[in-house]
Order: sequence, then C-alpha cells, then structure tokens
Amino acid sequence: MSKATASSHRTTRGRPQLFTSYAQETAVFNTRVKRNWVLVGILVMLVLPFFMQRDMVALITTVFIFAIGGIGLNLLTGYAGQVSLGQAFFLGVGAYTAAVLGGESRSGVIGLGWDMAIWLPLAGLVPALIALVLAPLAMRVRGLYLAILTLGLVFIGEHIFKEAKPITGGAGVGRAPADPVFLGFDLFANQTILGYRIDRFTIFYVACFIIFVIMAFAAKNFARSRFGRSFAAVRDRDIAAEVMGVSLLRTKTLAFVISSFYAGVSGALLSIVIGRISPETWNILLSIDFLAVIFIGGLATISGSIMGAVFVVLLPKGVNAITPYIPGFGGVGEGGVLNVFELQTIIFGLLIILFLILEPRGLYGLWLRLRNYFKAWPFSY
Amino acid sequence: MVELSHESTVISLDGISLSFGGTRAVHDVSFYVNIGELFAVIGPNGAGKTSIFNCISGVYRPQKGSITFLGEELIGQSPEYIARIGVARMFQNIELFDNLTVVDNLMLGRTQHLAYSVLSALVYSPKTRRQETANREVVEGLIDFLDLEAYRAFPVGMLPYGAKKRVEFGRALAMDPKLLLLDEPVAGMNVEETEDMARFILDVRAEMGISMILVEHDMGLVMDLADRILVLDFGERIALGTPAEVQGDPKVIRAYLGEDLSETTKELT
Repeated sequence: MSKATASSHRTTRGRPQLFTSYAQETAVFNTRVKRNWVLVGILVMLVLPFFMQRDMVALITTVFIFAIGGIGLNLLTGYAGQVSLGQAFFLGVGAYTAAVLGGESRSGVIGLGWDMAIWLPLAGLVPALIALVLAPLAMRVRGLYLAILTLGLVFIGEHIFKEAKPITGGAGVGRAPADPVFLGFDLFANQTILGYRIDRFTIFYVACFIIFVIMAFAAKNFARSRFGRSFAAVRDRDIAAEVMGVSLLRTKTLAFVISSFYAGVSGALLSIVIGRISPETWNILLSIDFLAVIFIGGLATISGSIMGAVFVVLLPKGVNAITPYIPGFGGVGEGGVLNVFELQTIIFGLLIILFLILEPRGLYGLWLRLRNYFKAWPFSY
Repeated sequence: MVELSHESTVISLDGISLSFGGTRAVHDVSFYVNIGELFAVIGPNGAGKTSIFNCISGVYRPQKGSITFLGEELIGQSPEYIARIGVARMFQNIELFDNLTVVDNLMLGRTQHLAYSVLSALVYSPKTRRQETANREVVEGLIDFLDLEAYRAFPVGMLPYGAKKRVEFGRALAMDPKLLLLDEPVAGMNVEETEDMARFILDVRAEMGISMILVEHDMGLVMDLADRILVLDFGERIALGTPAEVQGDPKVIRAYLGEDLSETTKELT
C-alpha cells in the first residue's frame, strides 16, 4: 500500500500525477507544474526591476497595489456577491491612517512619524473597523441598493476628506503620504546593499511585491477555507445557506471587513507611489477602476484579480503607445477628434462591456480556455 | 386531538397556525415524530406542507403554537441556529449553490463541524488543514454512498436533475442531522430514479437511524415508506395514521378526489 502511494507521486511517461490525499488535492498548488511556474514567476518579478526604466518600475508597483485592492474587492463582490462601489473610500481611509501615523507633522497636518511595521497593519485595521461599524447598516440591503449605499459612502468620504484639514490637508492642497520606514530601513530611499546602489523605486517595488504575494496567498487560503465557501453560498442561495447554518449577517460582515482591510493596505501603499495625496483622489472613478479590475480579470478568482490589475494599470500606457499610429487622435494637449484620456475611457468602457457579454469569467476565463485548448492539443476541438 | 409527546419523540408541533395577511396557510396543526420514524405529510397543492417545513426550519414564524425539538423550543430561533442543533432540510425546488462543485456543496453541509478562526484560515494552519481533511473524508463517504463520484468536481449547475436532487440529499445528510426534512425528494423523477431515491432514504434510515419528515406527492412512495402519515387540506389536519388507516379515510378521499357528485346530482333532480 505504501509502496503504491509512493510510486503514484512520481510522474510516469508524462502522465499527470494522481492526488493521493485530500490535503494534496485542495492545496494551493495541487500540481508540481503550477508550483514551479509560480516560483519562476516570483523570481522573474523580483529580478525584473533591475532591468527596467524607473517609470516602468513605478507602474508595475502600482499593479501590485491595485492587485491587493482588487483581491479585496473580489472577496466582497466576486465571492460574497455584494456589489460595492465604496472601495475608494476605504482606500482613502487607509491612506490617511497611514499618513497620520507614519507621516511627518508639517504645515498644519498631523503626522506621528511611526514605523511602517505599525502603520501598515493599522492602515488595514482602521478601514476594517469602520466597515465593521457600517456593516449592520450596509448588509441590510443587497444588489443595486448596496451599490448605491456604498456609492454614498464615497461621496460622504470625499466631503470629510476635504474638510478634515488637520488630517488630509484639505481640498486642492493635500498632504505628504506616510514614510515607508520599515524597522528603521527606508523603503523609499536609494540604498546601498552589499556594495550595490539600489534605486528607491526598485526597493519600494520589492517591498510592495512581497506584501502583495503574502496578501494574495492569504486570500487564496481564505477562499478555499470554510469562509470562502460560505461567501459563495451566500452569493448563490442565501436562504439555503442559512438553513445550512451559515449566518448571513456574520458572513456578509466578514466579507465587508476583510475587503476593507485589503483596500486600506492598498490605499496606504498607493499614496506613497502617488507621492502627494489630495482628497479628490478617492473618488468614484477610483472605485470604478477597481470594479474594472475584477470584472475584466474575472469574478471570484484570486489570479483573475491579479490579471485584471495588470490590465487596468497597464492599459493607459498601452493606449499612449498606440495613439500616434491612429489617425485622428491627438496626444496630450493637442487637437484632434479625441485625446488620449478620452480614448482610454472609451476603450475601458468598451472592454468591460465586451467581457461581460463574451467572457463573463474575464481574463481568467480566457486563460482557462487557452489552457484547456493546449491540454488536449493537437486534438482540441 | 393533541397527542402527548413522550420520551422517544424527536419533534412535536403543537397547535401551529400560520397566516400571511388574511390567507391561512396552516391552521392549528399538531403532530409529533418519534425517533427513527419516517413520518409523511401529504395533501393537495397549497395544503400547507412546505409552510410547515418553513416553520420548523425557522424561515417562517408561526403566529400561534409551539414546536419542540428534543426538548427545545424552536419558534423564534434563527434558521442557522436550528440547523446547528440538528435539523437538516432538502428543498422542493433545488436550492444548491450552482457555481460550487459537488464536494463544496456537501462541505457547506459540514459548516457546523468546522470551527477554525479567520486568522487560521488566512494562513491555512495545521488546525485548518486537519479539520478540512477530516470533514472532506465524511463528504467523500457520502459521495460514495449516493453514487456521485462521477460528478464530484463539477459545478452543480451543470448536473442533470436527478443528480442535483441526490446532491441536495447528500448536503442535508452531511449536516449529521437528528431530523431530516425531505420536501418532495422525487418530484419530477422517472420510475428508476424514484426507486433509487427510495433506496437511499431506506438506507439512511437503516444505517444512520435519522428521523425523517417526508413531503411527497408520489403516493406509491409515501404508502410504501412511511410509518405514519399526516394529511393536510387547506392548512388543516384532516387525518393522521398508518398508511392503511389514511387510505381508507373518507375525508382523505374527498380531499383528493372531491365530493361524490352522484349524490349532489340526485339532490338536484
């Protein structure tokens, strides 16, 4: 018996391995191929910034940050089925929590100058706490009503951010973000490590990448646990879920809270990339960006949220690159039928519509199709 | 006509009345179910059978009466609490989680048996892994028992009707219930599927000793399987007894077949 188990672990003549235990089957990487590719991917992403230009490094850092926020929103909207337009509000709360705790006290704004090891978890916990307080109210409604309610949250938030000058610097002025000094090590300053001088953007890139990988794995674990299942149960059939012993209120509240935690961390990191944060940043358009991340990437998948973040953040760059070759489109500040930003917005909207109609599973769905096609190649039909 | 409940009773309903506005769904219905008994509730459409299930599982709250489950009052408790203390339910119109696999649907039935914390789930601690694996084994046992191996990893939404019904049955069983409410388990099934389901129900009863309340329109199945039958009409109890007693009851015949027209016509002429 034990001999048979041991031999089935090995791949024979290119056959896929068999699962020999439930723990193995439910693992995040249930095949060796998957695990190896992810490891390769992680290594490539760690080496990449050393071969890229500065603005590209900053852009990919933004991808990681958007992926964190996107994963959070996907837990709430994709897994638990609660459509939220309030993501920008929680990003803002996270950013300002970080700025107050980790920023400098200057020109009328409060800043305590604490270490990142303290302000980063709190940048997640404070929005999570606010979500916990709001949950009994927000979770009474669902579907479109919840979307409108959370939209209201964004408007109220924007107003508060504009008025709370000691915290946010006020409308049009803004304030400096938190200083990412982790246990005394400045993550946003040029450093010399082992004799090599490393660019501050590269250091922050690596820091964000590590945070992103940890949070993505945590979300993946969460999604395959009893909580992930009860999220999906509440989304698919709430009455049946209740009769199974899943508490609707507790489950929805948990989804709201954990999603806000991810949003808060994402907002805190985003504020550092942006450099100076003004209350206008955390508006409805940012929420829509995050909805685009999960709709284009794929609802109820963690890897889909990551693909969506790559797409949404890199799209403007791609559009910029192709506009000179399209006749009739002017560049920034030039004349023409449409400018770059208008074109971006149009492409964005068009893509969301196309994905909803053609591939509701998003980029993740496209990936599944591609994979299944080549799995059976050359007999795929 | 209220029977006294006694030691061996799993659930007893006493004078249950439920109405929606002016519509009387259930009126003064009382019955009890013994441990290990297969109790059937029948009646024409709209007689209040499913409403009684909704009252027991806490989805509806009856205006009058009491429901005692193993010495505990159920009225006023949440569906989630009632599920936790051992009442499982199979729905009339399949209420499965369509996007989840068969395994995950059954794992949701195990909700009560998983107790790890959010933090433990985020890091997928050994405790989480141990509990997941242990419950997965129970679920796989049920999949085996219900002949669902072939569908194990498919999203339930893709399955054929008969298999979906079996998944529903499995999900209810996964809860390790003390009382199982079966709402039309063979509705829409052909003879073969009905026989399979009847076999599963009898097996569950014999092997696990679970008490069951069965609502069903398939009279053949009810008469063959049930120990006792409650007959409802317009929300009221019109008969209660063994299959043989119920079959011969003139009130039951009238409810199902209508009045004897020949007598009415005689009066007219």
